[in-house]
Amino acid sequence: MTRSKIVASRRARRNCSNNFLMHILSPIKISYRYLMAAKFRSFLTILGIIIGVASVIIIMAMGRSAQALILDQVTGIGSNLLGVLPGASDEKSPPPAAMGIAVTTLKYGDLQALRNGRNVPEVIDAAGYVIGTATAVYNGTSLSASFEGTTASYINVENAAVATGRFFTKDEEMDMSRVAVLGENEAKDLFLGASPLGKVIKIKEENFTVIGVLKKRGSSGFGVTSQDDAIFVPLRTAQKILLGIDHLGFIRLKVSDAKFVPQAKAEVATTLREQHHITDPTNDDFSVRDMASAIEIITQITDVLRYFLLVIGAISLLVGGVGIMNIMLLAVSQRIREVGLRKAVGARDADVQVQFLIESVFISGLGGIIGILIGIAFSFLVATIMQYLQYTWPFIISWQSVAAATAVSVGIGIVFGIYPARKAAEISPMEALRYE
Amino acid sequence: MTPLIQVQNMSKTYASEGVETKALSRADFQVEKGEFLSIMGPSGSGKSTLMQILGFLDHPTGGQYLFEGRDIADFSADELASTRNKKIGFVFQSFNLLPRTSVFENVELPLLYDQQPDGKNYDKVMAALRSVGMEHREKYLSNQLSGGEKQRVAIARALVNDPELIFADEPTGNLDSHSGLTVMKILQGLNNSGHTVILVTHETYTAEHAKRIIYIKDGQIVADDPVKNRRIAEGETELLK
Repeated sequence: MTRSKIVASRRARRNCSNNFLMHILSPIKISYRYLMAAKFRSFLTILGIIIGVASVIIIMAMGRSAQALILDQVTGIGSNLLGVLPGASDEKSPPPAAMGIAVTTLKYGDLQALRNGRNVPEVIDAAGYVIGTATAVYNGTSLSASFEGTTASYINVENAAVATGRFFTKDEEMDMSRVAVLGENEAKDLFLGASPLGKVIKIKEENFTVIGVLKKRGSSGFGVTSQDDAIFVPLRTAQKILLGIDHLGFIRLKVSDAKFVPQAKAEVATTLREQHHITDPTNDDFSVRDMASAIEIITQITDVLRYFLLVIGAISLLVGGVGIMNIMLLAVSQRIREVGLRKAVGARDADVQVQFLIESVFISGLGGIIGILIGIAFSFLVATIMQYLQYTWPFIISWQSVAAATAVSVGIGIVFGIYPARKAAEISPMEALRYE
Repeated sequence: MTPLIQVQNMSKTYASEGVETKALSRADFQVEKGEFLSIMGPSGSGKSTLMQILGFLDHPTGGQYLFEGRDIADFSADELASTRNKKIGFVFQSFNLLPRTSVFENVELPLLYDQQPDGKNYDKVMAALRSVGMEHREKYLSNQLSGGEKQRVAIARALVNDPELIFADEPTGNLDSHSGLTVMKILQGLNNSGHTVILVTHETYTAEHAKRIIYIKDGQIVADDPVKNRRIAEGETELLK
């Protein structure tokens, strides 16, 4: 290309830039120059916006991650589980059993009725439980252990898995076999590393043959006793031989899908009322609970926390907006002559107003972008640390939160920029003529 | 042909805190296209008030001001803005360039407020800069220029929309005599090429570069005379060498 051609193409490019673009770009350029001329002051100006936007992003991200963590723990046990407890209680208060009151209204027949597909079609499996504590002895080692008498269906209902050996069968459950399955911690403590399979332990002076060890589960979230610390024996064996009772401690039901839980709950209640000859639901001698209500309570708590933090974010955004209004008013008073000049060369009131609005939106938008980046970086850092600590803590940044933060920061620029922009538009063009 | 400016019995009174100050009373004169007029008077005489009204920056409180035959009382605010943009160029004593902004962008400023852009901004700006001999400073920032250079850029800005009328308010007031002469030379050149120029000054020497002088004192026009021995800046620059 010859020199003249280069000049010509540059001219063509310059001439293409239309006035509309210049109207947008020129205020941005001006406010950028003003911001850069006083970097520290500019930083202080947009600090409120940065903090506000960053906290909104962090709250949205961490709130979701925290909820994901809790829900993951809950669904580890199964969000499609229903619990039936003896004795009436409302959803929000603890069952009577927790107060040490033994209620004997739940029977094996109830479990059978609930297992019957005609009564509750959504239930795919059910397990009955009795629990107690006793001293377990093996080869001179004795320790106080909690035992659970349960049905063979336990494995399926609780999504448990066997590490070695096997769980007891339906037959063993029915004929009161003296067999035991150990939780992992229990096996370790009692056998000190040796293989427990086929060994005989004593529970309440009765002999039980160990036939299996369960896989470690970790925290059960809401269980009173962790599965890892318990000894499992067949339900009837525990009832007759260890406890001498014929009622059930509680029943757990597995529903085919979490979405059928409310329906199944109602059917369970109907079935049990029939079993217990209850006509008035206020006389219920049982209560049905599900994980969904637990999830709901947790979600409510985390939501309240989130809204509280959002309010704090909103307050810092408000303070940031006032900061922007302040800096824009300062800019207007410092640039009276500039505004006068612009009007003298043909700027209309609207042109001046738009210019100052674009400047305030640019400043708040800049704060918004920095805030979004800081928020994302902080959330990522927290997620990394939490994952390093072996928690399920996903790094979630929703595009909605980024969009909301952007919209809010632009909105603040407009709302808090309008008053200074009006002030600027009111400046008389004669100001340009006043001598210093 | 309609005169460019017709001022009829025009007055301006400022009221502040209940005290009325008469800045201009019963002014009557005309300015034809292509004239070079000086408005002369001591400070506080009302010459600035007169220029502000003539330049569409202020309204008279009495009488009439007709621009190209139209009463400016009939102009809307936006019409006044667009007339300032298209038909009038201002040159100020203190230059009024935008700080930290390039020479090119300063000169381009009026074009940005042109409601009918023609996409020829670059050519217009460069032509205006060339006519004041500042095209080599296109990319300089305004604060990197000397006073004389600043005023030449300000003149280029006044010229860029090819206005009918150029107002120069004490344009040499902040300049050394050499730079002042250069500015006067440019203004005379603009007048020679057909622009109407109105110069406001308190210096007789500067005023004598015009073709006609209106003397104003205490808000009254006291004399309106053609200049007998007009100074030509071109020759004076030669003398300085």
